[in-house]
Amino acid sequence: MNVRRSIALISVLGFGYAFLYLPIAILIFYSFNDSRLVTVWSHASLRWYAALLDNEQMLDAAWLSLRVAAVSATLSAALGTAAAFALQRLKPFFADRGYEALVMLPLIVPEVLIGLSLLLLFVVLGNAIGWPSERGAMTITLAHATFGTAYAAVVIRARLSQLDPSLDEAAAILGATPWRTFRRVTLPLLMPAIAAGWLLSFTLSLDDVVVASFVTGPGASTLPIVVFSSVRLGVSPQINALATLMVLFVSCLILAATLMTRRKHA
Amino acid sequence: MSIVAGEGRGMRRIVLGGTAAWLALFTLAPFLIVLAISLVEARFGVPPYTPLFEWGEGLWPAFNGTIANYLTLASDPLYLEAFASSLRIAATAALITLIVAYPMAYAIARARPSARSGLLMLIILPFWTSFLIRVYAWMELLNANGLINVLLIKLGVITQPLALLNTEFAVHLGIVYSYLPFMVLPIYAVLERMDWTLLEAAEDLGAGPFRAFWRVTLPLSLPGIVAGWLLVFIPALGEFIIPDLLGGPGTLMLGRVLWTEFFSNHDWPLASALAVSLLTIVLMAAAFLYRLLQRGEAAS
Repeated sequence: MNVRRSIALISVLGFGYAFLYLPIAILIFYSFNDSRLVTVWSHASLRWYAALLDNEQMLDAAWLSLRVAAVSATLSAALGTAAAFALQRLKPFFADRGYEALVMLPLIVPEVLIGLSLLLLFVVLGNAIGWPSERGAMTITLAHATFGTAYAAVVIRARLSQLDPSLDEAAAILGATPWRTFRRVTLPLLMPAIAAGWLLSFTLSLDDVVVASFVTGPGASTLPIVVFSSVRLGVSPQINALATLMVLFVSCLILAATLMTRRKHA
Repeated sequence: MSIVAGEGRGMRRIVLGGTAAWLALFTLAPFLIVLAISLVEARFGVPPYTPLFEWGEGLWPAFNGTIANYLTLASDPLYLEAFASSLRIAATAALITLIVAYPMAYAIARARPSARSGLLMLIILPFWTSFLIRVYAWMELLNANGLINVLLIKLGVITQPLALLNTEFAVHLGIVYSYLPFMVLPIYAVLERMDWTLLEAAEDLGAGPFRAFWRVTLPLSLPGIVAGWLLVFIPALGEFIIPDLLGGPGTLMLGRVLWTEFFSNHDWPLASALAVSLLTIVLMAAAFLYRLLQRGEAAS
Protein backbone atom coordinates (compact mmCIF):
# COMPACT_ATOMS: atom_id res chain seq x y z
CA MET A 1 0.00 0.00 0.00
CA ASN A 2 1.49 3.36 -0.93
CA VAL A 3 2.06 6.21 1.48
CA ARG A 4 -0.50 8.54 -0.07
CA ARG A 5 -3.24 5.97 0.29
CA SER A 6 -2.45 5.21 3.90
CA ILE A 7 -2.40 8.92 4.75
CA ALA A 8 -5.83 9.22 3.14
CA LEU A 9 -7.15 6.26 5.13
CA ILE A 10 -5.74 7.58 8.41
CA SER A 11 -7.29 11.00 7.87
CA VAL A 12 -10.65 9.41 7.03
CA LEU A 13 -10.56 7.67 10.40
CA GLY A 14 -9.34 10.82 12.15
CA PHE A 15 -12.25 12.87 10.83
CA GLY A 16 -14.71 10.04 11.50
CA TYR A 17 -13.73 9.58 15.12
CA ALA A 18 -13.62 13.35 15.64
CA PHE A 19 -17.21 13.50 14.36
CA LEU A 20 -18.21 10.73 16.78
CA TYR A 21 -16.41 11.94 19.87
CA LEU A 22 -16.03 15.74 19.66
CA PRO A 23 -19.69 16.58 20.40
CA ILE A 24 -19.57 14.51 23.59
CA ALA A 25 -16.16 15.92 24.55
CA ILE A 26 -17.40 19.49 24.08
CA LEU A 27 -20.51 18.70 26.14
CA ILE A 28 -18.31 17.44 28.99
CA PHE A 29 -15.95 20.42 28.70
CA TYR A 30 -18.80 22.94 29.09
CA SER A 31 -20.17 21.14 32.15
CA PHE A 32 -17.25 22.74 34.05
CA ASN A 33 -18.23 26.22 32.85
CA ASP A 34 -19.41 28.58 35.56
CA SER A 35 -21.58 30.69 33.24
CA ARG A 36 -25.33 30.24 33.11
CA LEU A 37 -25.08 30.44 29.32
CA VAL A 38 -23.87 27.00 28.38
CA THR A 39 -21.59 27.95 25.50
CA VAL A 40 -20.15 31.23 26.79
CA TRP A 41 -17.05 30.31 28.72
CA SER A 42 -16.43 32.28 31.94
CA HIS A 43 -14.25 30.21 34.27
CA ALA A 44 -13.96 26.66 35.48
CA SER A 45 -16.15 25.57 38.38
CA LEU A 46 -18.11 22.63 39.75
CA ARG A 47 -21.14 24.85 40.32
CA TRP A 48 -23.53 22.81 38.17
CA TYR A 49 -22.51 19.57 39.82
CA ALA A 50 -23.36 21.11 43.19
CA ALA A 51 -26.69 22.33 41.79
CA LEU A 52 -27.36 18.81 40.54
CA LEU A 53 -26.84 17.33 44.00
CA ASP A 54 -29.42 19.79 45.37
CA ASN A 55 -31.92 18.92 42.69
CA GLU A 56 -34.29 16.63 44.57
CA GLN A 57 -36.45 15.85 41.51
CA MET A 58 -33.42 14.80 39.47
CA LEU A 59 -32.05 12.57 42.25
CA ASP A 60 -35.41 10.87 42.81
CA ALA A 61 -35.72 10.27 39.08
CA ALA A 62 -32.20 8.83 38.92
CA TRP A 63 -32.94 6.44 41.79
CA LEU A 64 -36.19 5.31 40.15
CA SER A 65 -34.41 4.79 36.82
CA LEU A 66 -31.68 2.67 38.42
CA ARG A 67 -34.23 0.44 40.16
CA VAL A 68 -36.35 0.04 37.02
CA ALA A 69 -33.24 -0.70 34.95
CA ALA A 70 -31.89 -3.28 37.40
CA VAL A 71 -35.17 -5.19 37.70
CA SER A 72 -36.06 -5.04 34.01
CA ALA A 73 -32.52 -6.06 32.99
CA THR A 74 -32.71 -9.09 35.29
CA LEU A 75 -36.10 -10.06 33.85
CA SER A 76 -34.72 -9.51 30.34
CA ALA A 77 -31.66 -11.67 30.98
CA ALA A 78 -33.78 -14.52 32.37
CA LEU A 79 -36.42 -14.36 29.63
CA GLY A 80 -33.76 -13.76 26.99
CA THR A 81 -31.93 -16.91 28.07
CA ALA A 82 -35.18 -18.90 27.93
CA ALA A 83 -36.08 -17.47 24.52
CA ALA A 84 -32.57 -18.13 23.18
CA PHE A 85 -32.85 -21.74 24.37
CA ALA A 86 -36.28 -22.09 22.83
CA LEU A 87 -35.01 -20.79 19.48
CA GLN A 88 -31.63 -22.50 19.34
CA ARG A 89 -32.14 -25.85 21.07
CA LEU A 90 -35.78 -26.69 21.60
CA LYS A 91 -37.14 -25.59 18.21
CA PRO A 92 -40.75 -24.83 19.14
CA PHE A 93 -43.03 -27.28 17.38
CA PHE A 94 -45.66 -24.61 16.93
CA ALA A 95 -44.95 -21.91 14.38
CA ASP A 96 -41.16 -21.90 14.49
CA ARG A 97 -40.98 -18.79 12.32
CA GLY A 98 -43.81 -17.07 14.20
CA TYR A 99 -42.10 -17.61 17.54
CA GLU A 100 -38.84 -16.18 16.21
CA ALA A 101 -40.64 -13.19 14.68
CA LEU A 102 -42.32 -12.43 18.02
CA VAL A 103 -39.00 -12.58 19.88
CA MET A 104 -37.31 -10.27 17.37
CA LEU A 105 -40.22 -7.88 16.76
CA PRO A 106 -39.24 -5.26 19.38
CA LEU A 107 -35.86 -4.87 17.65
CA ILE A 108 -37.37 -3.31 14.53
CA VAL A 109 -40.62 -1.79 15.75
CA PRO A 110 -40.35 1.99 16.33
CA GLU A 111 -40.28 3.03 19.99
CA VAL A 112 -43.45 5.12 19.68
CA LEU A 113 -45.27 1.99 18.60
CA ILE A 114 -43.94 -0.15 21.44
CA GLY A 115 -44.93 2.57 23.89
CA LEU A 116 -48.41 3.09 22.47
CA SER A 117 -49.18 -0.63 22.17
CA LEU A 118 -48.06 -1.46 25.71
CA LEU A 119 -49.96 1.49 27.16
CA LEU A 120 -53.12 0.32 25.40
CA LEU A 121 -52.51 -3.20 26.74
CA PHE A 122 -52.25 -1.85 30.31
CA VAL A 123 -55.38 0.28 29.85
CA VAL A 124 -57.40 -2.60 28.40
CA LEU A 125 -56.17 -5.02 31.08
CA GLY A 126 -56.84 -2.47 33.81
CA ASN A 127 -60.43 -2.05 32.60
CA ALA A 128 -61.02 -5.76 32.12
CA ILE A 129 -59.41 -7.39 35.16
CA GLY A 130 -58.40 -4.47 37.35
CA TRP A 131 -54.67 -5.08 36.87
CA PRO A 132 -52.56 -3.01 36.66
CA SER A 133 -54.65 -0.72 38.84
CA GLU A 134 -52.26 2.18 38.24
CA ARG A 135 -49.39 2.93 35.96
CA GLY A 136 -45.92 3.75 37.23
CA ALA A 137 -42.66 2.03 38.08
CA MET A 138 -44.10 -1.45 37.56
CA THR A 139 -45.57 -0.82 34.11
CA ILE A 140 -42.31 0.87 33.01
CA THR A 141 -40.33 -2.13 34.27
CA LEU A 142 -42.53 -4.59 32.37
CA ALA A 143 -42.34 -2.47 29.22
CA HIS A 144 -38.55 -2.26 29.44
CA ALA A 145 -38.31 -6.00 30.04
CA THR A 146 -40.32 -6.51 26.83
CA PHE A 147 -37.78 -4.87 24.55
CA GLY A 148 -34.81 -5.80 26.76
CA THR A 149 -35.68 -9.49 26.30
CA ALA A 150 -35.37 -9.17 22.53
CA TYR A 151 -31.86 -7.66 22.76
CA ALA A 152 -30.73 -10.12 25.43
CA ALA A 153 -32.08 -13.07 23.39
CA VAL A 154 -30.03 -12.02 20.34
CA VAL A 155 -26.79 -11.73 22.33
CA ILE A 156 -27.32 -15.00 24.25
CA ARG A 157 -28.47 -16.93 21.19
CA ALA A 158 -25.32 -15.93 19.30
CA ARG A 159 -23.21 -17.47 22.06
CA LEU A 160 -25.46 -20.52 22.39
CA SER A 161 -25.06 -21.27 18.69
CA GLN A 162 -21.28 -21.46 19.19
CA LEU A 163 -21.48 -23.92 22.10
CA ASP A 164 -20.81 -27.54 21.26
CA PRO A 165 -24.03 -29.55 21.78
CA SER A 166 -21.92 -32.67 22.37
CA LEU A 167 -21.03 -31.24 25.81
CA ASP A 168 -24.69 -31.62 26.76
CA GLU A 169 -24.77 -35.14 25.34
CA ALA A 170 -21.65 -36.04 27.31
CA ALA A 171 -23.28 -34.79 30.51
CA ALA A 172 -26.45 -36.77 29.73
CA ILE A 173 -24.47 -39.95 29.06
CA LEU A 174 -22.67 -39.47 32.39
CA GLY A 175 -26.10 -39.49 34.01
CA ALA A 176 -26.85 -35.81 34.55
CA THR A 177 -30.49 -34.79 34.34
CA PRO A 178 -31.31 -32.04 31.79
CA TRP A 179 -31.75 -29.48 34.57
CA ARG A 180 -28.42 -30.44 36.13
CA THR A 181 -26.75 -30.33 32.70
CA PHE A 182 -28.14 -26.86 32.16
CA ARG A 183 -27.02 -25.63 35.58
CA ARG A 184 -23.55 -27.20 35.62
CA VAL A 185 -22.53 -27.17 31.94
CA THR A 186 -24.49 -24.79 29.74
CA LEU A 187 -25.16 -21.95 32.18
CA PRO A 188 -21.50 -21.39 33.19
CA LEU A 189 -20.48 -21.38 29.53
CA LEU A 190 -23.27 -18.92 28.70
CA MET A 191 -22.59 -16.60 31.63
CA PRO A 192 -20.51 -13.98 29.73
CA ALA A 193 -23.29 -13.66 27.13
CA ILE A 194 -25.99 -13.47 29.81
CA ALA A 195 -23.98 -10.74 31.56
CA ALA A 196 -23.61 -8.88 28.26
CA GLY A 197 -27.35 -9.22 27.63
CA TRP A 198 -28.06 -7.91 31.13
CA LEU A 199 -25.76 -4.93 30.60
CA LEU A 200 -27.33 -4.13 27.23
CA SER A 201 -30.87 -4.26 28.63
CA PHE A 202 -29.77 -2.21 31.63
CA THR A 203 -28.32 0.62 29.52
CA LEU A 204 -31.30 0.55 27.13
CA SER A 205 -33.68 0.86 30.07
CA LEU A 206 -31.64 3.67 31.58
CA ASP A 207 -31.78 5.49 28.26
CA ASP A 208 -35.42 5.12 27.30
CA VAL A 209 -37.62 8.21 27.06
CA VAL A 210 -40.29 7.26 24.58
CA VAL A 211 -41.66 3.97 25.91
CA ALA A 212 -41.52 5.19 29.51
CA SER A 213 -43.41 8.38 28.61
CA PHE A 214 -46.27 6.31 27.22
CA VAL A 215 -46.59 3.71 29.96
CA THR A 216 -45.86 5.83 33.02
CA GLY A 217 -48.49 7.25 35.30
CA PRO A 218 -48.72 10.30 37.53
CA GLY A 219 -45.75 10.66 39.86
CA ALA A 220 -43.38 8.18 38.25
CA SER A 221 -40.80 10.08 36.22
CA THR A 222 -37.62 8.29 35.22
CA LEU A 223 -34.41 10.25 34.72
CA PRO A 224 -34.69 10.34 30.89
CA ILE A 225 -38.26 11.69 31.18
CA VAL A 226 -37.07 14.51 33.47
CA VAL A 227 -34.05 15.23 31.26
CA PHE A 228 -36.17 15.20 28.12
CA SER A 229 -38.75 17.64 29.44
CA SER A 230 -35.95 19.95 30.61
CA VAL A 231 -34.05 19.70 27.31
CA ARG A 232 -37.19 20.46 25.31
CA LEU A 233 -37.16 23.90 26.89
CA GLY A 234 -33.56 24.51 25.78
CA VAL A 235 -29.99 23.79 26.79
CA SER A 236 -29.02 24.09 30.45
CA PRO A 237 -25.62 23.68 32.16
CA GLN A 238 -27.07 21.30 34.75
CA ILE A 239 -27.91 18.84 31.99
CA ASN A 240 -24.28 19.03 30.85
CA ALA A 241 -23.15 18.08 34.34
CA LEU A 242 -25.66 15.22 34.46
CA ALA A 243 -24.62 14.03 30.99
CA THR A 244 -20.97 13.99 32.10
CA LEU A 245 -21.85 11.85 35.12
CA MET A 246 -23.91 9.48 32.92
CA VAL A 247 -21.05 9.09 30.42
CA LEU A 248 -18.70 8.41 33.35
CA PHE A 249 -21.10 5.85 34.84
CA VAL A 250 -21.57 3.94 31.58
CA SER A 251 -17.81 4.06 30.87
CA CYS A 252 -17.14 2.50 34.29
CA LEU A 253 -19.73 -0.23 33.62
CA ILE A 254 -18.21 -1.08 30.24
CA LEU A 255 -14.67 -0.98 31.61
CA ALA A 256 -15.66 -3.34 34.43
CA ALA A 257 -17.39 -5.67 31.96
CA THR A 258 -14.34 -5.68 29.66
CA LEU A 259 -11.95 -6.39 32.54
CA MET A 260 -14.19 -9.21 33.75
CA THR A 261 -14.29 -10.95 30.36
CA ARG A 262 -10.50 -10.43 29.96
CA ARG A 263 -9.83 -12.18 33.24
CA LYS A 264 -12.12 -15.06 32.24
CA HIS A 265 -10.18 -15.59 29.04
CA ALA A 266 -6.77 -15.35 30.70
CA MET B 1 -33.61 -42.92 31.69
CA SER B 2 -37.35 -42.38 31.57
CA ILE B 3 -37.10 -40.05 34.57
CA VAL B 4 -34.46 -38.03 32.69
CA ALA B 5 -36.60 -37.85 29.59
CA GLY B 6 -39.59 -36.85 31.70
CA GLU B 7 -37.69 -34.02 33.33
CA GLY B 8 -36.44 -32.93 29.90
CA ARG B 9 -39.96 -32.75 28.62
CA GLY B 10 -41.01 -30.81 31.69
CA MET B 11 -38.20 -28.30 31.24
CA ARG B 12 -39.03 -27.96 27.57
CA ARG B 13 -42.65 -27.29 28.43
CA ILE B 14 -41.77 -24.66 31.03
CA VAL B 15 -39.27 -22.83 28.80
CA LEU B 16 -41.44 -22.89 25.69
CA GLY B 17 -44.74 -22.32 27.48
CA GLY B 18 -43.37 -19.56 29.70
CA THR B 19 -41.71 -17.57 26.94
CA ALA B 20 -44.65 -18.11 24.59
CA ALA B 21 -47.06 -16.81 27.24
CA TRP B 22 -44.86 -13.77 27.84
CA LEU B 23 -44.59 -13.05 24.11
CA ALA B 24 -48.33 -13.53 23.60
CA LEU B 25 -49.17 -11.12 26.41
CA PHE B 26 -46.54 -8.41 25.92
CA THR B 27 -45.83 -8.51 22.19
CA LEU B 28 -48.71 -10.08 20.27
CA ALA B 29 -51.68 -8.85 22.34
CA PRO B 30 -50.56 -5.18 22.38
CA PHE B 31 -50.35 -5.10 18.58
CA LEU B 32 -53.77 -6.71 18.22
CA ILE B 33 -55.18 -4.12 20.63
CA VAL B 34 -53.63 -1.29 18.59
CA LEU B 35 -55.20 -2.80 15.47
CA ALA B 36 -58.60 -3.03 17.21
CA ILE B 37 -58.47 0.54 18.55
CA SER B 38 -57.45 1.88 15.14
CA LEU B 39 -60.92 0.72 13.99
CA VAL B 40 -62.98 2.67 16.52
CA GLU B 41 -63.67 6.34 17.15
CA ALA B 42 -62.34 8.78 19.72
CA ARG B 43 -64.69 10.14 22.36
CA PHE B 44 -64.51 12.04 25.63
CA GLY B 45 -64.39 9.74 28.62
CA VAL B 46 -62.51 6.84 30.13
CA PRO B 47 -61.29 5.08 28.06
CA PRO B 48 -61.24 7.78 25.37
CA TYR B 49 -62.49 5.54 22.55
CA THR B 50 -65.70 3.74 21.61
CA PRO B 51 -65.89 -0.05 22.10
CA LEU B 52 -65.30 -2.27 19.07
CA PHE B 53 -68.01 -4.72 20.08
CA GLU B 54 -71.21 -3.77 21.87
CA TRP B 55 -73.55 -6.21 23.54
CA GLY B 56 -77.12 -5.24 22.80
CA GLU B 57 -80.33 -7.22 22.65
CA GLY B 58 -79.30 -9.93 20.22
CA LEU B 59 -77.22 -13.00 20.73
CA TRP B 60 -74.18 -11.55 18.99
CA PRO B 61 -72.46 -8.31 19.90
CA ALA B 62 -72.69 -5.53 17.35
CA PHE B 63 -69.45 -4.82 15.50
CA ASN B 64 -68.65 -1.11 15.60
CA GLY B 65 -65.52 -1.11 13.45
CA THR B 66 -64.91 1.66 10.94
CA ILE B 67 -62.06 2.52 8.64
CA ALA B 68 -62.71 6.24 9.16
CA ASN B 69 -59.31 6.78 10.81
CA TYR B 70 -57.50 5.30 7.82
CA LEU B 71 -59.58 7.41 5.45
CA THR B 72 -58.54 10.48 7.47
CA LEU B 73 -54.89 9.48 7.16
CA ALA B 74 -55.26 8.95 3.42
CA SER B 75 -57.06 12.23 2.74
CA ASP B 76 -55.72 14.84 5.17
CA PRO B 77 -52.73 16.65 3.58
CA LEU B 78 -51.05 16.92 7.01
CA TYR B 79 -50.74 13.15 7.38
CA LEU B 80 -49.84 12.58 3.74
CA GLU B 81 -47.10 15.17 4.18
CA ALA B 82 -45.92 13.36 7.32
CA PHE B 83 -45.70 10.03 5.45
CA ALA B 84 -43.87 11.65 2.55
CA SER B 85 -41.37 13.58 4.65
CA SER B 86 -40.67 10.61 6.96
CA LEU B 87 -39.82 8.45 3.95
CA ARG B 88 -37.81 11.24 2.33
CA ILE B 89 -35.83 12.24 5.44
CA ALA B 90 -35.13 8.63 6.47
CA ALA B 91 -34.00 7.76 2.91
CA THR B 92 -31.70 10.74 2.40
CA ALA B 93 -30.29 10.58 5.93
CA ALA B 94 -29.49 6.88 5.39
CA LEU B 95 -27.78 7.81 2.11
CA ILE B 96 -25.66 10.49 3.83
CA THR B 97 -24.82 7.98 6.58
CA LEU B 98 -23.62 5.63 3.82
CA ILE B 99 -21.36 8.33 2.35
CA VAL B 100 -19.84 9.02 5.79
CA ALA B 101 -19.63 5.38 6.89
CA TYR B 102 -18.24 3.74 3.74
CA PRO B 103 -14.79 5.36 3.84
CA MET B 104 -14.54 4.57 7.56
CA ALA B 105 -15.50 0.91 7.09
CA TYR B 106 -13.05 0.73 4.18
CA ALA B 107 -10.23 2.27 6.21
CA ILE B 108 -10.83 -0.14 9.10
CA ALA B 109 -10.96 -3.14 6.75
CA ARG B 110 -7.60 -2.10 5.28
CA ALA B 111 -5.96 -1.40 8.63
CA ARG B 112 -3.50 -3.83 10.23
CA PRO B 113 -5.44 -6.91 11.43
CA SER B 114 -4.27 -6.33 14.99
CA ALA B 115 -5.70 -2.78 14.99
CA ARG B 116 -9.10 -3.66 13.51
CA SER B 117 -10.96 -4.81 16.61
CA GLY B 118 -9.86 -1.72 18.55
CA LEU B 119 -10.94 0.58 15.71
CA LEU B 120 -14.33 -1.17 15.54
CA MET B 121 -14.73 -0.88 19.30
CA LEU B 122 -14.27 2.90 18.93
CA ILE B 123 -17.16 2.95 16.43
CA ILE B 124 -19.48 1.06 18.77
CA LEU B 125 -18.51 2.76 22.04
CA PRO B 126 -20.56 5.98 21.65
CA PHE B 127 -23.57 3.75 21.08
CA TRP B 128 -23.47 2.77 24.75
CA THR B 129 -23.79 6.34 25.95
CA SER B 130 -27.28 7.74 26.22
CA PHE B 131 -29.03 8.44 22.93
CA LEU B 132 -30.73 11.45 24.50
CA ILE B 133 -27.38 12.88 25.61
CA ARG B 134 -25.90 12.44 22.14
CA VAL B 135 -28.81 14.32 20.56
CA TYR B 136 -28.56 16.98 23.29
CA ALA B 137 -24.87 17.47 22.44
CA TRP B 138 -25.90 18.55 18.95
CA MET B 139 -28.60 20.88 20.29
CA GLU B 140 -25.83 22.68 22.09
CA LEU B 141 -23.47 22.78 19.09
CA LEU B 142 -26.11 23.94 16.59
CA ASN B 143 -27.61 26.61 18.83
CA ALA B 144 -27.55 30.25 17.67
CA ASN B 145 -24.89 30.86 20.39
CA GLY B 146 -23.45 27.39 19.89
CA LEU B 147 -19.83 26.60 19.22
CA ILE B 148 -20.28 26.19 15.46
CA ASN B 149 -21.83 29.63 15.02
CA VAL B 150 -19.37 31.25 17.42
CA LEU B 151 -16.39 29.77 15.55
CA LEU B 152 -17.76 30.73 12.13
CA ILE B 153 -18.34 34.32 13.30
CA LYS B 154 -14.86 34.53 14.87
CA LEU B 155 -13.32 33.26 11.64
CA GLY B 156 -15.24 35.93 9.74
CA VAL B 157 -17.08 33.42 7.52
CA ILE B 158 -20.46 34.79 8.60
CA THR B 159 -21.59 37.91 10.44
CA GLN B 160 -24.99 36.72 11.64
CA PRO B 161 -25.49 33.34 13.33
CA LEU B 162 -26.92 30.70 11.00
CA ALA B 163 -30.23 29.05 11.86
CA LEU B 164 -28.91 25.49 12.22
CA LEU B 165 -31.12 24.14 14.98
CA ASN B 166 -34.79 23.39 14.27
CA THR B 167 -34.11 22.64 10.63
CA GLU B 168 -34.31 19.55 8.47
CA PHE B 169 -30.54 19.77 8.14
CA ALA B 170 -30.23 19.23 11.90
CA VAL B 171 -32.56 16.19 11.72
CA HIS B 172 -30.39 14.64 9.00
CA LEU B 173 -27.26 15.36 11.02
CA GLY B 174 -28.80 13.81 14.13
CA ILE B 175 -29.73 10.61 12.28
CA VAL B 176 -26.28 10.30 10.66
CA TYR B 177 -24.59 10.82 14.01
CA SER B 178 -26.81 8.46 15.99
CA TYR B 179 -26.97 5.58 13.53
CA LEU B 180 -23.44 5.62 12.08
CA PRO B 181 -22.41 2.29 13.72
CA PHE B 182 -25.39 0.53 12.08
CA MET B 183 -23.91 1.42 8.68
CA VAL B 184 -20.20 0.90 9.40
CA LEU B 185 -20.58 -2.63 10.80
CA PRO B 186 -22.34 -4.42 7.88
CA ILE B 187 -20.14 -2.69 5.29
CA TYR B 188 -17.04 -3.61 7.27
CA ALA B 189 -18.29 -7.21 7.50
CA VAL B 190 -18.37 -7.61 3.69
CA LEU B 191 -15.15 -5.67 3.07
CA GLU B 192 -13.29 -7.70 5.65
CA ARG B 193 -14.12 -10.91 3.79
CA MET B 194 -13.20 -9.45 0.42
CA ASP B 195 -10.35 -10.91 -1.57
CA TRP B 196 -8.11 -7.87 -2.12
CA THR B 197 -6.07 -9.64 -4.78
CA LEU B 198 -9.05 -9.02 -7.07
CA LEU B 199 -8.23 -5.33 -6.79
CA GLU B 200 -4.58 -5.96 -7.69
CA ALA B 201 -5.74 -8.05 -10.64
CA ALA B 202 -7.93 -5.18 -11.84
CA GLU B 203 -5.02 -2.76 -11.54
CA ASP B 204 -2.68 -5.16 -13.31
CA LEU B 205 -5.17 -5.34 -16.15
CA GLY B 206 -4.91 -1.58 -16.52
CA ALA B 207 -7.79 -0.23 -14.44
CA GLY B 208 -7.04 2.95 -12.51
CA PRO B 209 -7.71 2.93 -8.75
CA PHE B 210 -11.08 4.69 -9.17
CA ARG B 211 -12.19 2.40 -11.95
CA ALA B 212 -11.06 -0.65 -9.94
CA PHE B 213 -13.04 0.59 -6.94
CA TRP B 214 -16.12 1.36 -9.04
CA ARG B 215 -16.10 -1.93 -10.95
CA VAL B 216 -14.78 -4.35 -8.28
CA THR B 217 -14.93 -3.17 -4.65
CA LEU B 218 -18.24 -1.34 -4.78
CA PRO B 219 -20.26 -4.14 -6.45
CA LEU B 220 -18.77 -6.69 -4.05
CA SER B 221 -19.74 -4.59 -1.02
CA LEU B 222 -23.30 -4.03 -2.26
CA PRO B 223 -24.94 -6.51 0.20
CA GLY B 224 -23.35 -4.63 3.12
CA ILE B 225 -24.42 -1.29 1.68
CA VAL B 226 -28.06 -2.35 1.28
CA ALA B 227 -28.16 -3.97 4.74
CA GLY B 228 -26.61 -0.88 6.35
CA TRP B 229 -28.94 1.45 4.48
CA LEU B 230 -31.98 -0.48 5.73
CA LEU B 231 -30.58 -0.67 9.28
CA VAL B 232 -30.50 3.14 9.32
CA PHE B 233 -33.66 3.72 7.27
CA ILE B 234 -35.90 1.50 9.44
CA PRO B 235 -35.31 3.13 12.84
CA ALA B 236 -35.10 6.61 11.27
CA LEU B 237 -38.63 6.24 9.85
CA GLY B 238 -40.33 6.12 13.24
CA GLU B 239 -37.77 8.28 15.04
CA PHE B 240 -39.23 10.65 17.61
CA ILE B 241 -36.45 12.21 19.72
CA ILE B 242 -34.30 13.48 16.84
CA PRO B 243 -37.08 15.33 14.96
CA ASP B 244 -38.53 16.59 18.23
CA LEU B 245 -35.31 18.05 19.67
CA LEU B 246 -33.42 19.00 16.51
CA GLY B 247 -36.22 19.48 13.99
CA GLY B 248 -38.40 22.05 15.66
CA PRO B 249 -42.12 22.45 15.13
CA GLY B 250 -41.93 22.43 11.33
CA THR B 251 -40.60 18.90 10.95
CA LEU B 252 -43.38 16.43 10.26
CA MET B 253 -42.26 12.87 10.86
CA LEU B 254 -44.55 9.95 11.63
CA GLY B 255 -43.14 9.21 15.10
CA ARG B 256 -43.64 12.82 16.08
CA VAL B 257 -47.13 13.11 14.59
CA LEU B 258 -48.15 9.93 16.44
CA TRP B 259 -46.81 11.40 19.70
CA THR B 260 -48.75 14.63 19.16
CA GLU B 261 -51.99 12.82 18.28
CA PHE B 262 -51.66 10.81 21.46
CA PHE B 263 -50.34 13.29 24.03
CA SER B 264 -51.72 16.62 22.75
CA ASN B 265 -54.89 15.71 20.84
CA HIS B 266 -55.75 12.63 22.94
CA ASP B 267 -56.94 10.92 19.78
CA TRP B 268 -55.99 7.33 20.62
CA PRO B 269 -57.74 5.70 17.65
CA LEU B 270 -56.04 7.99 15.13
CA ALA B 271 -52.68 7.45 16.85
CA SER B 272 -53.34 3.70 16.58
CA ALA B 273 -54.15 3.96 12.87
CA LEU B 274 -50.88 5.87 12.39
CA ALA B 275 -49.09 3.14 14.35
CA VAL B 276 -50.56 0.38 12.15
CA SER B 277 -49.55 2.25 8.98
CA LEU B 278 -46.04 2.90 10.30
CA LEU B 279 -45.70 -0.75 11.32
CA THR B 280 -46.77 -1.89 7.84
CA ILE B 281 -44.02 0.19 6.19
CA VAL B 282 -41.41 -0.90 8.72
CA LEU B 283 -42.30 -4.59 8.38
CA MET B 284 -42.06 -4.43 4.60
CA ALA B 285 -38.58 -2.88 4.85
CA ALA B 286 -37.59 -5.44 7.52
CA ALA B 287 -38.84 -8.39 5.45
CA PHE B 288 -36.68 -7.15 2.59
CA LEU B 289 -33.68 -6.89 4.93
CA TYR B 290 -34.30 -10.40 6.30
CA ARG B 291 -34.41 -11.88 2.78
CA LEU B 292 -31.18 -10.07 1.96
CA LEU B 293 -29.37 -11.32 5.05
CA GLN B 294 -30.52 -14.89 4.43
CA ARG B 295 -29.32 -14.74 0.84
CA GLY B 296 -25.98 -13.43 2.15
CA GLU B 297 -25.75 -16.34 4.57
CA ALA B 298 -26.58 -18.83 1.84
CA ALA B 299 -23.89 -17.34 -0.41
CA SER B 300 -21.09 -17.42 2.14
